[in-house]
Amino acid sequence: MDALATYALRMGDDSLILGQRLSEWCGHAPALEVDLSLANVALDQIGQATHFLGLAGEIEGKGRDADALAFRRDVMDFTNCLLVEQPNGDFAQTIARQFLFSHYQVLLFAELSAVKDARFAAIAAKAAKEVTYHAALASDWVVRLGDGTDESRARMIAGLDWMWRFVDELFALDEVDTAALEAGMGVDKMALRSAWDHRIDAVLADATLEGPAPRRAVLGGRSGRHSEHLGHLLSEMQFLQRAYPGATW
Amino acid sequence: MSDPSKEWPLWEVFVRQRGGLSHRHVGSVHAADAKMAIEHARDTYTRRLEGVSLWVVPSAQITASDPGDAAALFDPAEDKVYRHPTFYSIPDHIKHI
Repeated sequence: MDALATYALRMGDDSLILGQRLSEWCGHAPALEVDLSLANVALDQIGQATHFLGLAGEIEGKGRDADALAFRRDVMDFTNCLLVEQPNGDFAQTIARQFLFSHYQVLLFAELSAVKDARFAAIAAKAAKEVTYHAALASDWVVRLGDGTDESRARMIAGLDWMWRFVDELFALDEVDTAALEAGMGVDKMALRSAWDHRIDAVLADATLEGPAPRRAVLGGRSGRHSEHLGHLLSEMQFLQRAYPGATW
Repeated sequence: MSDPSKEWPLWEVFVRQRGGLSHRHVGSVHAADAKMAIEHARDTYTRRLEGVSLWVVPSAQITASDPGDAAALFDPAEDKVYRHPTFYSIPDHIKHI
C-alpha cells in the first residue's frame, strides 16, 4: 500500500478495533442505558471504519473493499494504535480508553475535515459530530467516577494508569504521516498534543484527579507490532470469514 | 436483584420529533441526575433520528390523576359532543385541521 492508502487504513483500523472492543460490552454494561450508550459509540466507530477502510481500498486499487480489509488481514497487517486494542477491563478502564481516544479524534477530525482531499474531509466532517458526543460522554463519566465514591475513584485512576502509556503513539509522526502532510491531506498530529493535554487536564481537574505519572511510551501499532490482545480480538471478529471464506448472508 | 434504594432514579423522556411539533412522551430512563438522563434519553430514544429536542423530567415529580376518580373526572364529557368543533363546515382548500 502506498502512503496515502496506509494513512486511511490507520484511521480505519483505529475505529474498527475500538468499535469491536466496545461491542464486547453489549449485554454486559452496568445498566441497560449504559449498554445502549456503549453500543451507540461502537456503531459510530464501525461506521467510521467502513468509510476509512473503503477509502483505503479505493486508493490501493487492488479490488479490496472495507470487508476484505477488516476480515481478511492478519494481526501483523493491522495498523491501529495500541490504545484501542487494550482490553475493556472494568467499566472505568473502558471509559479511560474512550476518554483519551475520543479527545484525540475530536482534534484529528477537526483538522482532517479541512484538508484538500474531499474524500478524507467528508468522512472527517461526518465523524466529527459523532466523536464530539463520545468525548463529552466519556468526560462526563471520568468526572462521575473520579469524583465519586472511593471505589469508583480508585478504579478510574487504575484505568487511566493502564491506558496512559499508549497516549504518545497517538501523536507520533512517521513517514506515512509526513507523506500525507506533504500531499496536503494529512494532519500534523504532533501539533494537536498541547490542545489535547489542555482538554484532558480540564476534565481531570473537574474529576479531582491528578494526571497519571509519566510512563515510558509503548509504540509499534502503526507498524504492526501489537500486544497479544489484538490476536484474540481478531480471532473472534474474523471467525466467520476464516471458517467460511467469502460467506455472505 | 440489586438493592432498589441504590438504583438510579427514574426519569420520563419527552421527544420533539421535529420543529413545530410538541414534545411527546416516549418512555423512561434510569439516571443519577438530569445530565445523565439527557445522555441516556439520547442514546435510548433518538438512535433512529426520532427527534430534534429532548426533555427529561424526574418521574417522582409527576402527579397523576387517581384512577378511582376516573368516572367523576372524565365521564361527564361523554355526552357533550357540542364541545367538538365539528359543526362548522371547513372549506376544501383548508388543510391540517
